[in-house]
Amino acid sequence: MPVIKVEGLSKVFGKNTKEALKLLDEGKSKEDILKQTGNTVGVNRATFEVEAGEVFVIMGLSGSGKSTLVRLLNRLIEPTEGSVIIDGEDLAKVNKDILRRVRREKMSMVFQKFALFPHRTILENAEFGLEIQGVEKEKRSKKAKESLELVGLGDYIHQHPEQLSGGMQQRVGLARALANDPDVLLMDEAFSALDPLIRKDMQDELLDLQVSMQKTIIFITHDLDEALRIGDRIALMKDGSIVQIGTPEEILVNPANDYVERFVEDVDRSKVLTAEHIMKRPETINIEKHGPRVALERMKEEGISSIYVTDGKRNLKGYVLADDASEARKNEVRDLNEILKTDVPTVSKDTSMHDIFEVIHNTPVPIAVVEDGKLLGIVVRGAVIAALAGEGEVNLNA
Amino acid sequence: MLDFIEKIRIAEAIEFFTDWLTDAFSFLFDPIKNQFGDFMDWSSDQLSAIPPIIIILIVGILAFFVSGKRFGLAAFSVIGLWLIYNQGLWEHLMETFALVLISSLLSILVGVPIGILMSKSKTAEAIITPILDFMQTMPAFVYLIPAVAFFGIGMVPGIFASLIFATPPTVRFTNLGIRQVSTELVEASDAFGSTGSQKLFKVELPMAKSTIMAGINQTVMLSLSMVVIASMIGAPGLGRDVLSSLQRAEAGTGFVAGISIVILAIIIDRFTQNLNTKRK
Repeated sequence: MPVIKVEGLSKVFGKNTKEALKLLDEGKSKEDILKQTGNTVGVNRATFEVEAGEVFVIMGLSGSGKSTLVRLLNRLIEPTEGSVIIDGEDLAKVNKDILRRVRREKMSMVFQKFALFPHRTILENAEFGLEIQGVEKEKRSKKAKESLELVGLGDYIHQHPEQLSGGMQQRVGLARALANDPDVLLMDEAFSALDPLIRKDMQDELLDLQVSMQKTIIFITHDLDEALRIGDRIALMKDGSIVQIGTPEEILVNPANDYVERFVEDVDRSKVLTAEHIMKRPETINIEKHGPRVALERMKEEGISSIYVTDGKRNLKGYVLADDASEARKNEVRDLNEILKTDVPTVSKDTSMHDIFEVIHNTPVPIAVVEDGKLLGIVVRGAVIAALAGEGEVNLNA
Repeated sequence: MLDFIEKIRIAEAIEFFTDWLTDAFSFLFDPIKNQFGDFMDWSSDQLSAIPPIIIILIVGILAFFVSGKRFGLAAFSVIGLWLIYNQGLWEHLMETFALVLISSLLSILVGVPIGILMSKSKTAEAIITPILDFMQTMPAFVYLIPAVAFFGIGMVPGIFASLIFATPPTVRFTNLGIRQVSTELVEASDAFGSTGSQKLFKVELPMAKSTIMAGINQTVMLSLSMVVIASMIGAPGLGRDVLSSLQRAEAGTGFVAGISIVILAIIIDRFTQNLNTKRK
């Protein structure tokens, strides 16, 4: 049973919308219609259903109409044609009162640039939706606090938005949307304004929250990696039309047309993934400070059989094997240089998975990813295999 | 060649119109003149009844806190007000102040709602903008003439003229402030299901507050200048001192009255500006 059913939803910006719609039916392109009628086609006959508890990603490049589409769903933009059916009601046609009720109770939105109210505290921001519904002060601040706790901001409730970092501000945006306890969460490029590392954290956190919340989420993004990461299903948009809807696998494996294929080409994993994507933070010891004893301790702690050695500036010196280190300890050798091995297998961070495969084949230790002599990370055999198989911890945002 | 028709009788038409207005609305103008005139006299009497020392102290203390606990404005206010007292202009100062206070309040009361209307409707904006331009470019003296026709002489026509002359900045800045609220914030308040008035009072007006305050500051300053001019039609206060020294060519007393107005202007300006920056 779908929560939202969208049928033939269209938006034409301009005066003569009827004519533009007719031309669309005749199969004219967006550009032709603009030339002929002066109207801009924002969204062209979008049709899809979103199931309860699903994360439905609408993805496309800028100008593809994705932001318009999400605003048609809660009617921040008036649709020209088509329907948005939620709980048996066609939101595109209901009167203002019903629309307001649906916005208050069933749909909340998270915005790209957070759209927090700067004159309100974090708590007052999170309360906003409930305040508007006329929920009494005590009850609404209790609910708002709960949802702020949920996103990990319980300690910041009396601050103002400008005192928080971008990632935290967007958590407030999320908390504000969740405080209403909506059925549907509309997220318009919610993480696009955040820097890559924070963005990844937020994606993880959203997925974690989703396990317990089971909301229906419609997530807009221009970032294919983000779409693949969080989407249960993905709708790809181009020039206002949806060109393909499917699970991430379906889209990667069976692109519906050239456009999608070109789009997903970039994620052909063995071609595109490089050392940078699959490397881990290395365990290292500092040759200037540490001896064989520390090396051995560290390896025991981490459960590894070799460890990389750097100097104080992270310049790669070599590696030490656990066996050699324990030998050295017995013989009371203090200097790491005596057991240091320098035949390090190295790659650069741009080395593709194909090439890594060649190197990792012949070496007993993890591969070092090096740039200008400095150790950036290590690649272990398991990560290469997992990444090629299309699973495992792959940092696509790197 | 240019005389292909005789002089168009604009002046006569306006005069006729004003006369008609005066007659037709005298049922409205007369009570305003009487009731409001009484109220104005009453409020300036009240202000004058307070001992000057108390007012000076209160203004000084307020200045200290309004300017963020600094002594500059407070010292200036106390010394400036004492100087006016010393020159024997205290009563006139109070009259001017009462006029400025009442006419600014009226301007704000009228101006903010009109500004809100303008920000909400393109048609209203298209109609009101040229009217505001007209109101602001017309020489201020011209307003005095119908003011006298409607309300006779005294405080009330002064306030009427000041209302017309000083309201436009509040209207403009209210409109501007609301239109400047970012689309995402407006969308956010819509997306959570705000009604029009919830959006206005919870989002738009708070966000536009500092812009509106800048407009109000200008309105207050314009009121002050108009209130001085209005002494020509019998409005009491410091303006009357300027006018009479002009008529008698007394440079000295004219200068003293002028300086008093400047002191009042600076105090009012700094007060309204500081209120604005503090609340940001």
